[in-house]
Amino acid sequence: MENSSTVVTSDSAYETEGQLEQLDKVVQSTIHFVPGNVRPIILFPERENYLSVVMAMHEGGCEMLEDLTAVDYLHLSGRQLPSQVKPERFEVVVHLLSMSASRRFEIRVQIPEDDPTIDTLYDVYHGSEAMEREVFDMFGIVFNDHPDMTRILMPDDWEGYPLRKDYGVNRVPVQFREAPGPR
Amino acid sequence: MSDIDLLASTTSEASQEMQSRPQVLAKELGRETGAVLRGRNPEPEEIATALIGVEEAVAAEPDRSEEIESETMIINMGPQHPSTHGVLRLMMELDGETILRTKPVIGYLHTGMEKTGEELMYVQGATNVTRMDYLSPLNNELVFCLCTEALLGVEIPPRAVWIRMLMSELNRVSSHLMWMATNGMDLGSTSMMIYGFRERELVLGFFEKTTGLRMNHNYMRPGGVAADLPDGWEEDVDLICDNVLKRTAEYDELLTGQPILRERLEGVGVITAEEALSLSVTGPILRSTGVPWDLRKTMPYLAYDKVDFDVLVGTYGDNFDRYAIRLNEIRESIRIIRQILEKMPSGDYRVQDRKVTPPPRARIDESMEALIHHFKMFTEGFRVPEGEAYVAIESPRGELGCYMVSDGSAKPYRMHIRGPSFVNLQAVPVMLQGGLVADAVATTSSVDPVMGEVDR
Repeated sequence: MENSSTVVTSDSAYETEGQLEQLDKVVQSTIHFVPGNVRPIILFPERENYLSVVMAMHEGGCEMLEDLTAVDYLHLSGRQLPSQVKPERFEVVVHLLSMSASRRFEIRVQIPEDDPTIDTLYDVYHGSEAMEREVFDMFGIVFNDHPDMTRILMPDDWEGYPLRKDYGVNRVPVQFREAPGPR
Repeated sequence: MSDIDLLASTTSEASQEMQSRPQVLAKELGRETGAVLRGRNPEPEEIATALIGVEEAVAAEPDRSEEIESETMIINMGPQHPSTHGVLRLMMELDGETILRTKPVIGYLHTGMEKTGEELMYVQGATNVTRMDYLSPLNNELVFCLCTEALLGVEIPPRAVWIRMLMSELNRVSSHLMWMATNGMDLGSTSMMIYGFRERELVLGFFEKTTGLRMNHNYMRPGGVAADLPDGWEEDVDLICDNVLKRTAEYDELLTGQPILRERLEGVGVITAEEALSLSVTGPILRSTGVPWDLRKTMPYLAYDKVDFDVLVGTYGDNFDRYAIRLNEIRESIRIIRQILEKMPSGDYRVQDRKVTPPPRARIDESMEALIHHFKMFTEGFRVPEGEAYVAIESPRGELGCYMVSDGSAKPYRMHIRGPSFVNLQAVPVMLQGGLVADAVATTSSVDPVMGEVDR
């Protein structure tokens, strides 16, 4: 396979002093929360700024997207958030990793129930592809501009989004289209 | 109705499957052809390159693109293929024997374990997560317990930390041995298959002695471990170390230098460091590209900062590098285990915090309160303060993370596991593109996906 792009050697990946300052700048300019040394710094960008914040973090030295998931806060509306952040039903939680600094950053975005959409990170981190599809499959949050916004774990014709809190655990019978009906 | 339409209409995956070229978005096509970095800021001509994949020469004559379509074939590998390690289904577009694009179709083993996790108390949670990555169950329990403890804010006693480390490393050995076995099988070395399983049984025998079960142990609990190590565990572990180390030398003789094996592994399934980082790939695959990233070293948890070991990296990012890394990680793990044998502290194997630990068995016989406490502990569980936590460890397959949200009750409000196999599968299209279909089996095997964890 032909690939002209430069390979990240261990040297270049670990020399990022100037980049770390840029990371700090992004953190300072976004609503954030520093819970102490053990847990990651948490950023709370607006939904509109989400992609640009992640892009700035990427340029600032976050080489890898560790994890992307969502939480449905339907039954937990009184949770603790910075005062500037308006709580919404869904929250997308992203963990970015700066390997050069051995530091983890958490980004949380509030997503309203009546418009569950958010920009995709695919153009910044290709690894978000499967994780975003999983969130779509489980929570019904649509990622704009995602290359393949289909279900990933559930069958294509499945109704409802299983990890939503209002999706009944015992209510829905197992639906297999190919299964023969009662005789 | 074309073949692909017929396929789509008779299975329930429909749009999740690989579509014929005219139906696919340029971005998605780039992904399936493994054009990871070329797709970042897609220029029109770059998309054109990605569209054609290996047939760049043909791209000069645009009229022939339809011809390519008619000459290629989309085939299925799996979900019941014996060498795809469970129910992995790969859809591949082939031109003759060359793979043009690949798409993994997953979800055949999805059992909603994250949803189940919301219905189980923290004391029960480990029984659930241990079934995800069934080849390294103890690492799954470990990450779940570490996450719960991060929410609880309890610190576990040193002996429990070291016991956890011992079990986690033994599990890495057994998991890599299992991989050696199945990888040998995929490459046609049936004897390696038998040997790998034989040595793994040694480790599983010790697990059975300690935890009561060969797999799905539920041995690590929030607050420590379920039981102390059995009497004479030092001799057992020493025996395992000696034996496995001796056998790895035999594997070297049987496989490493063998021309047929090298021929099948070297230069096959190549991925670059930049591609691996972009795809969030971790574990032996990332290290095979030369990035020295191992959470045990770079972001130490448990007591990994108190033991001495090396992070193994490759150079070419091919299948042979991944083979060599896994084989040598067995040796590194044994080196760690030997140090644990020396340094194992004495003391409690679980935290003496009555909030999370049930009273000892002897107390139950003599004290009514202890009996009530024990009963309540296992029927109502313990409450965990409100909050969120993310903890990640290095499992044999890569970064295993757990994100947990607590609402202050005895059950997690949300429990998410970041499975390394699930994420690593995204590297398969990159590794396979331009290769031969006969190498697809070897390359898929070198990713080491465990479907229980991919689908959860």
